[in-house]
Amino acid sequence: MNALLVRDLKLAIRAGGGFGLALAFFLIVIVLVPLGVGPEMDILSKIAPGVLWLGALLACLLSLDRIFALDYEDGTLDLLVTSPLPLEAVIITKALAHWITTSLPLVVVAPLLAVLLGLPANGYLWLAISLLLGSPALSLIGTFGAALTLGLKRGGLLLSVLVLPLYIPTLIFGAEVAQRGIDGAAVQTPLLLLAGISFGTAAVLPFASSAVLRINLR
Amino acid sequence: MSLWEYANPVKFLRLSSKVLPWAWGLGVACLFIGLVWGFFFTPDDYRMGSTVKIIYLHVPSALMAINAWFMMLVASLIWLIRRHHVSALAAKAAAPVGVAMTLIALVTGAIWGQPMWGTWWVWDPRLTSFLILFLFYLGYLALWAGIGNPDTAADLTSILCIVGSVFAVLSRYAVNFWSQGLHQGASLSLDKEENVADVFYQPLLFSIAGFVLLFFALVLLGTRSEIQFRRARALSLRGNAQ
Repeated sequence: MNALLVRDLKLAIRAGGGFGLALAFFLIVIVLVPLGVGPEMDILSKIAPGVLWLGALLACLLSLDRIFALDYEDGTLDLLVTSPLPLEAVIITKALAHWITTSLPLVVVAPLLAVLLGLPANGYLWLAISLLLGSPALSLIGTFGAALTLGLKRGGLLLSVLVLPLYIPTLIFGAEVAQRGIDGAAVQTPLLLLAGISFGTAAVLPFASSAVLRINLR
Repeated sequence: MSLWEYANPVKFLRLSSKVLPWAWGLGVACLFIGLVWGFFFTPDDYRMGSTVKIIYLHVPSALMAINAWFMMLVASLIWLIRRHHVSALAAKAAAPVGVAMTLIALVTGAIWGQPMWGTWWVWDPRLTSFLILFLFYLGYLALWAGIGNPDTAADLTSILCIVGSVFAVLSRYAVNFWSQGLHQGASLSLDKEENVADVFYQPLLFSIAGFVLLFFALVLLGTRSEIQFRRARALSLRGNAQ
């Protein structure tokens, strides 16, 4: 598992593209919002938590098809399936690699971009916490979607149609935590639910993903 | 003699060809009675006026939209566990009907909401969760359309249906976080004392029965044509091989 994780991380960083691309996309989305909505800071700071969550979610979505596609094309995936490592572990590792290379940088960058949107000062901490807690779910659900659309020619668009509805609960609770943090309201309930989604998907979804992967590689 | 005998496509086709005209006839009759009775022979509501009559389309279609997904879930489970092809095809046939029901519920709701709430759409939990259900249907249909191999498609869509059900339920309760919304609570249930007034209730039951039977008939029809389509394809493949 460790070897696979290190390999995936190295590939993501060295083979160019994937690592920085999601961050660049995130930046562009956040820059485009004021251009579309208008530069009034009070409106921007009001919608900031939702927009940041949405941007992170879309940036995450963008890199999903890379999780399996390259390995599928060069046959590595077949080797991984036949290796002694259980397929569920392979999937967890893949999701973890995706989280480290894509979601974690987004979490780090989000508070910086929040400055552009004029997020109130007490929101930074809760925004970071909500993204940190919610982003594993994004990666895990995305891995499931990537496994579903493996080997399809028009997979990219289908992937987003499949995955975005599954992202809804995470988005709702994540943005709710950030919003309540800004308002100074009690964040405990949505925070616990968000953590519940992340841990729940970590526990259950790898089984669904590996079932899907086995079907696709049949 | 067990229910599983009808997992055999030939037996299913034979039985369904007998059942289908009855389902059509009864469905259309119930719907006709329910709608005519509801539209022309019930009084106007004292608060809502005649707009209350949208209930005869709105409630049954909303009911069927959810139950169609539930039926797809059960059919998907049967396919994954017992590998009966009819079951997978029934799930496939139910999806377009379900999507149509969801759309009818949303549109009639908007038409009803405009005069009553003064707006076509609000981000009320019930409305939002229906829109989300619509998105789940779209994803399911898109996956069916995207995959060439029918068995792979059946497997993948079944798993998507199961995972999607969990997330649809999660979303349903997640949107409750916003507000209580404008939409009234359940006005039809078996265990509650207070339901819709009897004048509206009786035609509504007919119209619900009509929707259920029509859904049943449409799913049977869809499943039958899927089976026959597969047969035709198998025959043409065999013809090409020779």
